[in-house]
Amino acid sequence: MPVRVQTADFDLTAEVAGLRAAQGARAAQIGAVACFVGTVRDVNVDRGVAAAVSAMTLEHYPGMTERSLEAIVAEARGRWDIFDALVVHRVGALLPQDQIVLVVTVGAHRGEAFAACEFIMDYLKTRAPFWKKERTPDGERWVDARASDDDAAGKWAAGDAARPGT
Amino acid sequence: MVKLLYFAGLREALGIPGESLALPAPDCDVAALRAHLAARGGAWAEQFAAARNLRAAVNQDMAAAAAPVRDGDEVAFFPPVTGG
Repeated sequence: MPVRVQTADFDLTAEVAGLRAAQGARAAQIGAVACFVGTVRDVNVDRGVAAAVSAMTLEHYPGMTERSLEAIVAEARGRWDIFDALVVHRVGALLPQDQIVLVVTVGAHRGEAFAACEFIMDYLKTRAPFWKKERTPDGERWVDARASDDDAAGKWAAGDAARPGT
Repeated sequence: MVKLLYFAGLREALGIPGESLALPAPDCDVAALRAHLAARGGAWAEQFAAARNLRAAVNQDMAAAAAPVRDGDEVAFFPPVTGG
């Protein structure tokens, strides 16, 4: 369950190929690869105020961030029948349209792969220690946490996480 | 001693990324540590006020207010996370 936090950009095709190859003999049993790529928008509504975003800085908690991503991936692997998952999250200075985060899941069937991929993103948004600071025409501002992200993570609460197809 | 770490807007408001601190009490928890830091006044009182939506981690695991803090622990305080 590889997780990486890095300043460098990532290549979706190369990351998918790497994760598939890492499955060894099981690679031939993969029938579904689900991917999510998060990117930087050039506008954001924060505290009810829309502002143009010209740049962004992402901060993290070295050590804890990696541990929390690994725990989220482990949780996803426990809930869904996937073979493996990959999370790559960038930190440092980013510009609009830059890639921020990649989640890839591989498994036999799409239902489990899709669900695990969405779960990992929803949990990452509310549990992994990353913080975004935006540069706007009014200066820099730390982004406020969104209630909608808590709602998205909450929908996976125990008892609510019906396995797809069941 | 405990190792304290501050992140993001909290780090900027306090002006330091972290510090070493003698445990304020032998039976300490996250809430007691937070109150101890708030009692410094100024930016500390403002940032660690009870009404502030702050999160804490003890030894790199998310920790509730009642989580115990022991000598040698690493305790981090930070705003709600905004990654992804």
